[in-house]
Amino acid sequence: MADDKALRRLRRSIAALGLTAVLLIGATAWLVFKPGGPLVADATDTVEIGGPFSLTTHHGETLADVDLEGAPFAVFFGFTHCPEVCPTTLWEMSETLGQLDEEADGFRMLFVSVDPVRDTPELMASYLQSFDDHIVGLTGNETEVAALAKAYRAYWRKVPLENGDYTMDHTASVYLMDAEGRFVGTIAYEEDQETRLAKLRNLLRG
Amino acid sequence: MSFSTGGALRAIASPLSRFRSVEERIGILGFTLALVFAMSQSLWAHEFKVADIEIVHPWSRETPAGAKVAAGYLLVRNNGTEDDRLVSVSGEIANRTEIHEMAVDDKGVMTMRPLGEGIEIPAGGEVELKPRSYHVMFMDLRQAPKQGESFAGTLTFEKAGTVDIEFSVDAMGGASTHMDHDDHGG
Repeated sequence: MADDKALRRLRRSIAALGLTAVLLIGATAWLVFKPGGPLVADATDTVEIGGPFSLTTHHGETLADVDLEGAPFAVFFGFTHCPEVCPTTLWEMSETLGQLDEEADGFRMLFVSVDPVRDTPELMASYLQSFDDHIVGLTGNETEVAALAKAYRAYWRKVPLENGDYTMDHTASVYLMDAEGRFVGTIAYEEDQETRLAKLRNLLRG
Repeated sequence: MSFSTGGALRAIASPLSRFRSVEERIGILGFTLALVFAMSQSLWAHEFKVADIEIVHPWSRETPAGAKVAAGYLLVRNNGTEDDRLVSVSGEIANRTEIHEMAVDDKGVMTMRPLGEGIEIPAGGEVELKPRSYHVMFMDLRQAPKQGESFAGTLTFEKAGTVDIEFSVDAMGGASTHMDHDDHGG
């Protein structure tokens, strides 16, 4: 009799524990699998890359994100006081754009300065003479450029040198964006020629 | 038997003779040409030496129009039994020169650090300054390096001292890191 009572109490406890466990698992599952949860990556919930901007081109004109609508584009962060990554990337992209020829009509590659204080439109205009015409230099004030870098989840940092000079650390990948301004992928630094050409061709063909 | 060979042999055998005959003069000329030829081999190989330190193929790249910086690369070999250190570099194209280390991490971020202490060159070892690694950073350019040309520079080592070198200038995307994959078309 006493045993009976104890047994019933035990069963109730087990049932309660079981129910709690089911509720916990259910709640966790809902948190994980609900739209926007960590395991569900639909278009609206992935990390957004890209966003609105309005900066000055190397021709001294204003260029905003809305001006880019209707054609795919690429974004590369860099600066002209850059000994290797920036000239190499711009040179390799120029080679590839040259190969694509009229396939690249309407395409623009934005070279966004992470060193806007030194990179005036005039200096960028001189610098970009050495590269393909599809490349557009962009500069502005530090806040505007920082906002754009943030929108692209790009990293950049000023590194002091001797003599009060400085250099910049920055994300060296090229971002590929489709005609609707949606992030498609990246071209890594010194990605081989064939891959770069294939990625650009895919982007241009939509 | 050609007389020039005989002349050269006699010239070597008796360096103090007065080389009156035509054969002797031709021999001397041939011998001198051979010497010049032998010495110029090191020029073509583009190597420089100071004490136990050997510097192989210093090179740079053409820069975009109006660029204020350029990079320099080279290989340093230490044939001695003591460690040495490359402490400073200068180049006639730049007002200031530093030694930097560049890297690109797995997130695609490029970082650059000045190496204030220079680079150690271990005894019996070699260190290569190359793209994606150590490089000479020429700053505040006085003149732009042009493809096919070369410019003078000096390297200073802690123990071996100072040596004059020449940087040869490659194309803007030239002689890249593509030694490991030869797919670099164009």
